[in-house]
Amino acid sequence: MSQSVIHRRSLLAGLAAGGAALALPARFASAQSAAPIKLGFQLHRTGIGAAYGRWYERTAQAALKRLNDAGGINGRPVEILFEDDGTDPKRGSEVVEKLATQAKCDLIFGPLFSHVVIGSAPRAGELKIPYLVCSEGFHVASGALNRWAMQPGISDVRAQCTSVAPFVTQNLGKKVTLIFPDYAFGHDHRDYFSAAVKAQGGEVVGMVAIPPSETSFTRYFPRIPRETEVIYHVMIGPAVLTFVKELGQFYGKRARPEIFGFIDSLEAVDLNSPGLEFLEGTHFWEGHCRNLQADATEHEKAYRAAVGVDDNGASVSDARDVSTYGHMFSVWETLSVIRQGMEAAGYQGVADRQKFVEAVEAMTGWEESADHPQGRKVFNGRTHQVFAEQAISRVEGGKLIRVHKTAIEDSFYPDAVDYTTQSF
Amino acid sequence: MFDPYFLLALLEGTVTAAILALTAVGLSLVFGVMRVVNVAHGEFLMLGAVVAWYVATFVPGPPLMTWAAALVIAPLVVGGVAALADRLVLRRLNYEAEGTIVATIGLMYILQQAVLTGFGPGARAVEPPFDWMIDTPWFGYSGYKLAVVGLAALVLGAVWLFMTRSRAGLVMRATQIDRDMARAFGINVDRVYALVFALGAGLAALAAVLLVPVQQAHYLMGHDPMLMAFTVVIIGGLGSVRGTLIAALLIGLSDGVISFYWSPLLAKILATLFVALVLVFRPQGLFGERA
Amino acid sequence: MNRALALHLIVVAALAAGIFLLPVYHATNLARIMVLAVFAMGYNLAFGYTGLLSLGHAMFFAAGMYAAGLGITLGGWPAGLALLAGPLAGGALALAAGALALRTAGVSFMIVTLMLAQAGYLTILYYTPITRGEEGFVLAQGLRRIGAFDLSQDLNRGLFALGLFTAGLLLSLALVRARFGRIMVAMRENEERSRMLGYNPFTVKLAVMGISGAYAGAAGAAYALLFGSVGASFGAIAFSILPLLWVLLGGAGTTLGPLLGAGLMFYLTDIASSYTSAHQFVVGAALLVLVLFAPRGILGALRERGLKWLP
Repeated sequence: MSQSVIHRRSLLAGLAAGGAALALPARFASAQSAAPIKLGFQLHRTGIGAAYGRWYERTAQAALKRLNDAGGINGRPVEILFEDDGTDPKRGSEVVEKLATQAKCDLIFGPLFSHVVIGSAPRAGELKIPYLVCSEGFHVASGALNRWAMQPGISDVRAQCTSVAPFVTQNLGKKVTLIFPDYAFGHDHRDYFSAAVKAQGGEVVGMVAIPPSETSFTRYFPRIPRETEVIYHVMIGPAVLTFVKELGQFYGKRARPEIFGFIDSLEAVDLNSPGLEFLEGTHFWEGHCRNLQADATEHEKAYRAAVGVDDNGASVSDARDVSTYGHMFSVWETLSVIRQGMEAAGYQGVADRQKFVEAVEAMTGWEESADHPQGRKVFNGRTHQVFAEQAISRVEGGKLIRVHKTAIEDSFYPDAVDYTTQSF
Repeated sequence: MFDPYFLLALLEGTVTAAILALTAVGLSLVFGVMRVVNVAHGEFLMLGAVVAWYVATFVPGPPLMTWAAALVIAPLVVGGVAALADRLVLRRLNYEAEGTIVATIGLMYILQQAVLTGFGPGARAVEPPFDWMIDTPWFGYSGYKLAVVGLAALVLGAVWLFMTRSRAGLVMRATQIDRDMARAFGINVDRVYALVFALGAGLAALAAVLLVPVQQAHYLMGHDPMLMAFTVVIIGGLGSVRGTLIAALLIGLSDGVISFYWSPLLAKILATLFVALVLVFRPQGLFGERA
Repeated sequence: MNRALALHLIVVAALAAGIFLLPVYHATNLARIMVLAVFAMGYNLAFGYTGLLSLGHAMFFAAGMYAAGLGITLGGWPAGLALLAGPLAGGALALAAGALALRTAGVSFMIVTLMLAQAGYLTILYYTPITRGEEGFVLAQGLRRIGAFDLSQDLNRGLFALGLFTAGLLLSLALVRARFGRIMVAMRENEERSRMLGYNPFTVKLAVMGISGAYAGAAGAAYALLFGSVGASFGAIAFSILPLLWVLLGGAGTTLGPLLGAGLMFYLTDIASSYTSAHQFVVGAALLVLVLFAPRGILGALRERGLKWLP
């Protein structure tokens, strides 16, 4: 079975996005080879990550269209092959194989869930194909992966927790109780946020670890100590909505502590869903502000329009289809880094993959721009990890209004690895 | 010494038990009468929740009205889907145990994909039929959650009456005890099976309509309830409504109360082992007859 | 009698040829399928031949995977030792689980194994500081070598998977054709009668569980070392249902059925997802069609229609 047949549909999707560009071959005349650059996208189309996957795909399509409209990369058109990994590490590794050795993609990007990244990165390293993740996990920067794995689009959880701690302790309260899922993702929040709170002179008075695949949460809330001034929560999975609703029911009309949540608890969920009224006045971390802010830049507005998101963070064609706005910018920005890296490396084909990685490693950051609509970034080439400004928003009238923006420097921590000393 | 939070743990345990019993009662019927492992049972529940969301969103009227409408529409739609699956696939397999497992796995994939494509991957909330909050000095509690306990009791009672008092129930039990004998007495076993399969799915959908205001509609929500429902049915003893109820109480309360004392994850491990051990020492289930 | 052996040797030769001749994509897929087929062959011994419908085999696969993985990262073991630990861990855990679960039969056996495996899965998460929970951990490339034999190289990986698969296949062929194999089938068909013939069903079934768990553990350890990562999803319920599905598709109680089922399911997903984003429709529909035409699996159907000698 030939590849052209196998990938017909995904290719068509990519080509359709770049269709306008293909109709104007003159624009690509400067290229040494007119063959398109093929990027593989490891997509959570099914499985637990599907809500993210749907929006990651839309963001990638929009970014691809913009890229091709502007002349592609090194004068060549670009196409993206989307392949579903079922949000499963086993299939993830198989998808890396398929995109690299069967479809012969130039590189692979896009996965979000950490267990998929961990399951797939070893194979990417063996195949010596750049693997750019949009995951926010602390796996690239922890040194667990290899030189081919990078995270240039979104800051990692360690940086996120560290940078929001000063706001929490200074504005919401010093006695914090953490509610988090009882496995690695939650433990990272627990460990790095606790450390940051202590460094700020605060105190973690309670830790409520929620077992996986739990569908009701009320019985865990009595574990929140009475002296708690702030609840810090982060949950993922299909039951997130129940979790937040039940938290509201538990406190009812009585006085409650301040609440600070990670938007992960409510990504792709409508803030105006029944039962979420109590969120009024609570705070959220957001990677990128879901609601259009009064001071939004032109780049931010252009990005929002290109992806098809309205001012409330939902799809322009269906107000009930809420985006994963706090994370999906990473796909757009990763594609921007891919273009810059390939141009800096004079990328011609798979033989230049190493040059591409070295070119990205040499980068130090980017200004807020159409390529980086989320904001300014600092890139650490040694740890392959980007650092960004983080938004802290308050729910006002059912909308998330940003009340604070952390400085990039607030999120720094000592390097845990220097990938540039490792061999390829 | 009175600890209000122990009361909360008991309350939560009871609600969990009610939810378990509700999701299990349809499976108990299917498994009891037909002796087939329906891997897609959880997907019928999920489908019911999704239908409830569509009804709540697109049928005009106050929440109580749309909730009542969903109580009728969801079981009909889901029961219809199940009857179709029975007619097209399961009957042709002659309900053979192994083939049925593969077929219902296939059905599970198809139903999940259909909902993912049509309804989408997000979690969506449905308003409860009434907005009544119980406020104690220590914690607030959703009145609708308590109502679910009563509704579950009603549903279980109705199923029990149906199985023991109605002619259709009698025919089903006869088929359960001896399929060939039932056939010899002129019972159309194929029709009984189709009816039971549709009824089981309809009950799952009914449970979903009651549940969805407490939880949310999501295309993967069927997985865990299916496993737990299956466990409840086996622990209770095949085909015993009373057993299903008691097993649900046992599992729901032990989960709620154990997690009151131990770290939640450790409690989950202990509760899971406890369930396994109950069966090890009473393999026929609490109220089953020895095969 | 030797038609069967010849067929198995031909299959092994064809797989070997595949490793050398197929494009790298399909050769690596083949290595994956062979490792998964070892898992399924173990499952088939318990379920297909002995009638033990377990829903907990992911636990034994994960036991092998974590024994090997943690042995390397925490214990500093060499890869060879870690690979040996796999079947030992899987087999030992299966004996322990079997000692409890085999007090039950039928549907209760299904639930007990399911619950034990769920407890095992949660235990992996409970020890997140060591296991990194749901995220799992990576085995560095440099650690995945037996002496000079680097398991992360494509050809070596294929050869190792082939070796493991061949050993598993021939062992299961020998087992089912030996006297013990007939006792296994007797347990499935009529336990009372075999008891009257003087066999202790508990002992026989426990032995089968141990062997079956050792297969699963060997596959788990091999998977970790060949593909470089360890994760809790391999211990989750879904991963217990997969070998059941593979075995049923290929043909329960046939020695080659597990390979066929694992390969079929792999390529069904792989090819369907190339054509449509709604690939689960295709997979689901294919399962329905297959089961309607071959309710006893593909090799089961062939055996019914003439090839009676298929073991």
